[in-house]
Amino acid sequence: MSGAAETANGTVSAGSARTARYFIYATLIVLALVYLLPLYVMLTTSLKSLDEIRGGDMLALPKDPSIAAWVKAWGEACIGVSCVGIKGYFWNSIKMVVPAVFISTLLGALNGYVLTKWRFPGHRIVFGMMLFACFIPFQAVLIPMARLLGAAGMSNSTAGLVFVHVVYGLGFTTLFFRNYYEAFPDELVKAAMIDGAGFFRIFWRILLPTSGPIIVVTVIYQFTNIWNDFLFGVSFSSGEASPMTVALNNLVSSSTGVKEYNVDMAAAVFAALPTLFVYVVAGRYFVRGLMAGAVKG
Amino acid sequence: MSFLEIRNIRKKIGNIEILKGIDIDLEKGGFLVLVGPSGCGKSTLLNAIAGLLPPSSGDIVIDGQVVTDLHPSKRDIAMVFQSYALYPNMTVEENIAFALEMRGVEKAQRVTAVRQVAKTLQIEHLLDRRPSQLSGGQRQRVAMGRALVRQPRVFLFDEPLSNLDAKLRVEVRAEIKALHQNTGATIVYVTHDQIEAMTLATKIVVLKEGMVQQVGSPAEIYNRPANLFVADFMGSPAMNMLKGRVAETGIALFGSNGVVVPVPPSVTKKLPDGKEVIIGLRPEAITDDGLVDPTARSIAHIAAEVSMIEPTGSDTFLTGKVDGASFTARTRAEVVTELGQSFRFAFNLDKAVVFDPETGSRID
Repeated sequence: MSGAAETANGTVSAGSARTARYFIYATLIVLALVYLLPLYVMLTTSLKSLDEIRGGDMLALPKDPSIAAWVKAWGEACIGVSCVGIKGYFWNSIKMVVPAVFISTLLGALNGYVLTKWRFPGHRIVFGMMLFACFIPFQAVLIPMARLLGAAGMSNSTAGLVFVHVVYGLGFTTLFFRNYYEAFPDELVKAAMIDGAGFFRIFWRILLPTSGPIIVVTVIYQFTNIWNDFLFGVSFSSGEASPMTVALNNLVSSSTGVKEYNVDMAAAVFAALPTLFVYVVAGRYFVRGLMAGAVKG
Repeated sequence: MSFLEIRNIRKKIGNIEILKGIDIDLEKGGFLVLVGPSGCGKSTLLNAIAGLLPPSSGDIVIDGQVVTDLHPSKRDIAMVFQSYALYPNMTVEENIAFALEMRGVEKAQRVTAVRQVAKTLQIEHLLDRRPSQLSGGQRQRVAMGRALVRQPRVFLFDEPLSNLDAKLRVEVRAEIKALHQNTGATIVYVTHDQIEAMTLATKIVVLKEGMVQQVGSPAEIYNRPANLFVADFMGSPAMNMLKGRVAETGIALFGSNGVVVPVPPSVTKKLPDGKEVIIGLRPEAITDDGLVDPTARSIAHIAAEVSMIEPTGSDTFLTGKVDGASFTARTRAEVVTELGQSFRFAFNLDKAVVFDPETGSRID
């Protein structure tokens, strides 16, 4: 901030530079508020009573905040015909996301390692094909994938969803790690080879420990994508095995009586919490600079 | 018997032949320096010795054992890289101990070995740091420590000083020399710096375009370069190349108005009359009268116009000009002259070598 006056050169006075800065910050704050507005409406609505929602102002703060809607959404709300809340589906999603993110990140890292440090004839074509896989629309693979899952006996199961997400995520995770390892000095790998480390030792001991930033990026990306996925969830699972996103849709669209906006909103907040959590926690570890100084130049 | 043998190594990458049949022998405890301009294949050759880049044909033999098809880790070699290649996620101690750990050496033994090497290199106080917390010179030492701790059969150095500043480079160069003298290690060292090559080597190999130009001791390479390329590449300022023509009484220099100098004693063969030759004479062999080597037998005095004066402090380099041809002479710092003046230079022909301009090779 102290640089503001200094960066303004002779033609611009310090005062007008500061005005420009205020303007920029004001604009950014307004835009941030607009962006956060839906979250605000979700949170306040989930804490209001149904009467208050019907009668009142959408932007007003709740007069008498209550977490009754949250309790109901978690444990009692009716999804389809069973009224047990969303908690089961929430765990379904966790059971799907954690292995899918872990496996796809690990395989992506291994792929990136091989594609940059153990090049084989045709490595460009292999990478090109993996990259191409990133751009195939979800809809195009639905039917072949359903047949495949059926043949493998994994349809309508969490394992099946994990498999689908790993396969679909591999292109992206490989891309991330390949680009990161491309800049990783070859001499370190050579030094480790001379020191007597083999293929996996070099990976575990030398490359992975220096991959913190890209692991965080990949995990955030994969977690968000897989958690928020609806199409694969709705296509390859049903009923009890559905992930959170599908359950949320069923909850909101299957109202038999009064539309309980506060419960819908509370359920939506539950659905959004894990991704928010990952951003807040993992973002803190998003520290670069571990590589600095390892190799001069 | 030679300890390291490089037998007819060829390497093709794509359609380009990087190494065109290299043969080198090195005795145990020798210090071999591979020197040459960029792209001459010296690093490729070092990588072939290390096993990081298998040659297209030929063999590498260490201590009687053919290692051409062995994995780098099985060759019992250690390498110091240009970038040092220290593992950024490990401390200095872990870096040095890594190779021992990979070879299954017990923890207690590793610690002892690391301490000992750290003591030799005076980096004991750095053992807990990470590479990013070290200066260039310290990283260089750690990289050497990593090589030393294994006590390998052959040490390989890939331009280890090129990332250091000038002052540090001289210091570390002396340390490497001392290390070689104290440990008797067998070393192969790659550099493009001819001074490093001269100061460190027991044997120099000059490479150009994948071919060996000359193999010899530093003195041989410096005093009796095999061809014009070696003569020009080694030594700074470069060797003077004076065009001449063989005459009845000797060799005529500097065209028609020039002088005739006796045939240098390095030439034993009879030169045909009228043959064009190039006389190579190092700057220190062209001096003022006060610096003439008293043991020299063949001195020619030639007056030339001074066209440049470069004082270095210890001595002064003068550029002399005769009939369009110029040469560099090394004179005493006390010599008084001015630009444009005529100066009497003493040419020590004992030191001269003669080249054939057609083939570029030295004439003996």
